Amino acid sequence: MAQATLPLSETAAKPPRRYAGLAVPILIFGVFAMVPVLAQFGTESFLLSLVGRVMIFAIAALALDLLVGYGALVSFGHAAFIGIGAYAVGILSKHGVEEAMISLPVALAASALFAWLTGIVCLRTRGVYFIMITLAFGQMAFFTASSLAPYGGDDGLTIASRNTLFGVPLLENDRFFYYLIFTCMLGTYLLCRAIVNSRFGRVFRGAMENETRMATLGFEVYRFRLAAYVIAGAIGGMSGFLLANATEFVSPAYMSWQRSGELLIMVILGGIGTLNGAIVGTAAFLLLEEWLSGLTEHWKMIFGPFLVLMVLFLRGGLSGLADRIFGSRSRD
Amino acid sequence: MTEPVLQLDGLQKNFGGLRVTDNVTLEILPGELHALIGPNGAGKTTLISQISGLLPSDGGRIFFAGRDVTRLPPDLRAHMGLARSFQITSVLPGFTALENVALAVQAHSGSSYRFFANASKERALNEPAMAALAEVGLAARADVRAAHLSHGEKRALELAIALAMQPKLLLLDEPMAGTGREETERLVAVLRRLKGRFPMLLVEHDMTAVFALADRISVLIYGRILASGSPAEVRADPQVVTAYLGEEME
Ligand SMILES: Nc1ncnc2c1ncn2[C@@H]1O[C@H](COP(=O)(O)OP(=O)(O)OP(=O)(O)O)[C@@H](O)[C@H]1O
Ligand SMILES: [Mg+2]
Repeated sequence: MAQATLPLSETAAKPPRRYAGLAVPILIFGVFAMVPVLAQFGTESFLLSLVGRVMIFAIAALALDLLVGYGALVSFGHAAFIGIGAYAVGILSKHGVEEAMISLPVALAASALFAWLTGIVCLRTRGVYFIMITLAFGQMAFFTASSLAPYGGDDGLTIASRNTLFGVPLLENDRFFYYLIFTCMLGTYLLCRAIVNSRFGRVFRGAMENETRMATLGFEVYRFRLAAYVIAGAIGGMSGFLLANATEFVSPAYMSWQRSGELLIMVILGGIGTLNGAIVGTAAFLLLEEWLSGLTEHWKMIFGPFLVLMVLFLRGGLSGLADRIFGSRSRD
Repeated sequence: MTEPVLQLDGLQKNFGGLRVTDNVTLEILPGELHALIGPNGAGKTTLISQISGLLPSDGGRIFFAGRDVTRLPPDLRAHMGLARSFQITSVLPGFTALENVALAVQAHSGSSYRFFANASKERALNEPAMAALAEVGLAARADVRAAHLSHGEKRALELAIALAMQPKLLLLDEPMAGTGREETERLVAVLRRLKGRFPMLLVEHDMTAVFALADRISVLIYGRILASGSPAEVRADPQVVTAYLGEEME
């Protein structure tokens, strides 16, 4: 133990930054945790389902930020994973399987498998080609779902009731379901954060910065990207599992290219490569959409230009703006 | 009978109609510092890229550590102990100096498929990385992002990254490129310390440095090895003097 303080001690002795990054996530998760408490003073079920929906999409957006923000893999087919997860719940339910401990693993496995199979092809390409081919696979999933006549085809599939958990209909309780989604979002956040800082994450991020250098260091970056793509796909599947249970309905629209585009906008709006931004951006997007659509029927004419302006002028997204206001750097 | 670390056998490379590597045969012996010199555009960088696996060869063979690696991808060659530096600095700009080097350590120690533990807290990565940084005089700049390092510091970082790979052979493509007088001297001192510890193939235009450091020198002109031998032999070779050294020495 005598050599416990080697030259490292002088470089590691920089405590101030250590907890600085914790303020924003604590605030974010604190607010989401408090919603049910505050909601009881208003229209509880409406608020819980609205904010629950925000968290469900935030889960998918976190996975997308992992790809886009830390790997420069701009996937335009991310909604396909949500759709596959949702259809796993819907199809199983139609055949009488309503247990979450079955449908969740199936949702995760199916979306991971789809990510793996398509990733093998997509990840051979770069830049615009990657965007186009992920879009193409997303559309393929969309049309496949549309043609599933036994499961509603274009019209989608209504689910009789929410999944049971260990045979108990716990998800029917709105508060329980809300905190289940919350737990999934927290778990996803912690997982993504850990991945980014892990050995794996270093290689994945390094590949974004300088692929040639990574190859000459001894890393076959393709494999690392494929692993990250599968992880992101599985997380998308979890989001889909929750979405199907929240809406008690699945439809091909869940995997439309518009939905994939919205997910990208959510991530960019929040600020890519921050993870916090994925959650904040999703909340901003969905809550604004909800508010504006209640205000006027022409809300899309306001919402569209607003998003364009935000993306154009808000460098670093909402989390970048927060950094500038509070003078902190949530990422260095 | 010492087995060469690296053996190039009739290596070829064409860019369209341009023959950039023309039947190059070359051996690097254990422990030797072999300098590769030649005018701009002679094909030195191309040759380094063929050896490191970034460019496929059109003919000939490459043997490294007793194995035919001609068709091996660059990452597998790196795993065998082939480390290179780049003429045009090629580091990870968003990573700190320490992280850049720690990644090189990581490539050669344990699995990189670890998803949970924080890599920046791993002593097994940071300590060898700090040692490599200290070796090139960058220890005090460990926490600075590579993008914010000065040009000379980036050149030193290139070297530290290569060192941290525990190489069996160092391919150094103009490690002093673009540095000032003082920094050049510092880097030459570093190379002198490394000499003997690793076999090196050193591409360099600074003839003072080359003749001070090299055990053997090969001269590359238009993709061909014009001469190969001890510094004294090369300096005395009339062909080399007319083709290259004449202008360089003045
Ligand atoms: N990717 C490429 N495509 C086409 N031609 C190339 C390519 N790379 C290099 N060349 C050409 O090959 C020749 C050799 O280039 P190379 O960079 O290997 O020379 P060099 O000896 O390293 O020169 P310098 O001393 O300037 O670094 C040059 O004529 C160059 O223009
Ligand atoms: Mg060159």
